[in-house]
Amino acid sequence: MNGFTAILRRDLQLAMRQGADSVMVVAFFIVTTTLFPFGVGPEANILARIASGVIWVSALLAAMLSLERVFQTDYEDGTLELLTLSPVSLEIVVLGKVVAHWLTTGLPLIVAAPLMAVMLNMDTDGFVVLMIAMLLGTPALSLIGAIGAALILGARRGGVLVSLLVLPLYIPILIFGAGAVEAALLGMSATAQLQIMGAILLLALAATPFATAHALRQAME
Amino acid sequence: MAVFSGSDLTCLRGERLVFGKLSFAANPGDAIMLRGRNGAGKSSLLRLMAGLLVPRSGQITWNDDPIHSDRIAHHARLQYLGHQDAIKPVLSVRDNLHLWGQLRGVDDIDREIDTALHALDIHHLSRTAGRYLSSGQKRRTALARILIGHADLWLLDEPTVGLDRESSNELAQLIADFRAKGGIVIYSTHIDLAVKEPTLLDLDEFAIPMIEWLKDHDAPADDGIRSDPKRAAQ
Repeated sequence: MNGFTAILRRDLQLAMRQGADSVMVVAFFIVTTTLFPFGVGPEANILARIASGVIWVSALLAAMLSLERVFQTDYEDGTLELLTLSPVSLEIVVLGKVVAHWLTTGLPLIVAAPLMAVMLNMDTDGFVVLMIAMLLGTPALSLIGAIGAALILGARRGGVLVSLLVLPLYIPILIFGAGAVEAALLGMSATAQLQIMGAILLLALAATPFATAHALRQAME
Repeated sequence: MAVFSGSDLTCLRGERLVFGKLSFAANPGDAIMLRGRNGAGKSSLLRLMAGLLVPRSGQITWNDDPIHSDRIAHHARLQYLGHQDAIKPVLSVRDNLHLWGQLRGVDDIDREIDTALHALDIHHLSRTAGRYLSSGQKRRTALARILIGHADLWLLDEPTVGLDRESSNELAQLIADFRAKGGIVIYSTHIDLAVKEPTLLDLDEFAIPMIEWLKDHDAPADDGIRSDPKRAAQ
């Protein structure tokens, strides 16, 4: 646990000092979402209909934007090598870094999402479910994304590669995330979708740190 | 039986055989100096010893236990200094070192950092951000890192790069102190480092042609290297 908090603290400290990352992710999210009304026209009903999907897709893209950097800088300056050699299991190190990534990118997205929902004329019935779904979904995005981020170490044009690797894996989260909001808007219970999202999160929490740690060890060879 | 030893080690990087049939042994207080031309495998050997790489054949043991059987225990006893200094430009020297102390579970981190910084004569820089350090100062900070926490084994890959003559002597003194406490030091260097009576390990002696190594090792038929005669001949 000591190692986990040490990594988490250091990564948050780094994010505070060089801070542009979180701001960029949120800005990207807002800009992408804003593009849709321009594309499909200002018809309020249409926007309300597509709002949940648009917010989720934009959130996925925004979360992915920052993935490349999760391990990249540590890899380049030799820190990752030393983390691999520290007497803390690499899975714990990975978990610390993923939680830091979620706190600096996922959490700001959850805060920004209702604002975008208002802009897209989403019915207020869906707001609470949207927040809960994002609370369950965004940590899973960070966890799954970390595997991609670890696999691309050492590759040129890693950013594009990570999208190709990770985006297909995000589809279940997109389906159930948007589905939950949709159900709430139709006045139905969203419990089933939210439970599945919770299950995805737990599965990702249990399995992905091992996959990511393995990918990192591979990158160190 | 030596405390830290390796036998019949073969290191394969990509399709290149770096060295083969290499053995070493070290007891507390020993120092081994790795020599060899560029590409002879000095860094690869140090990475094998650290457990970052897995040898193609052979095994490395600590007190007769293979180092891969308990990675965490091996990591707890070793300190590794690689080519890179792993210094974050936005963090101060002290904050940079703090993480490594925490990961090693050091109790009184601040005191240990102070001692390490004094030992390397960079205590006045403890509040300076990494980006303002010269390359020599960065190297000294990296050296300060290996002093934090308990260790039995130092693996130093070209520790003198970027150091002036004076700090090289300080490093030699640190190595001597560490050996006096029963530590094992294995290092590679191009310039003379005033270490007392190191065991020399010349990696050029272990460079064997791939074809010879393949003859000795009957690789399984599905092994890509063996099944392709053109590759093996290279």
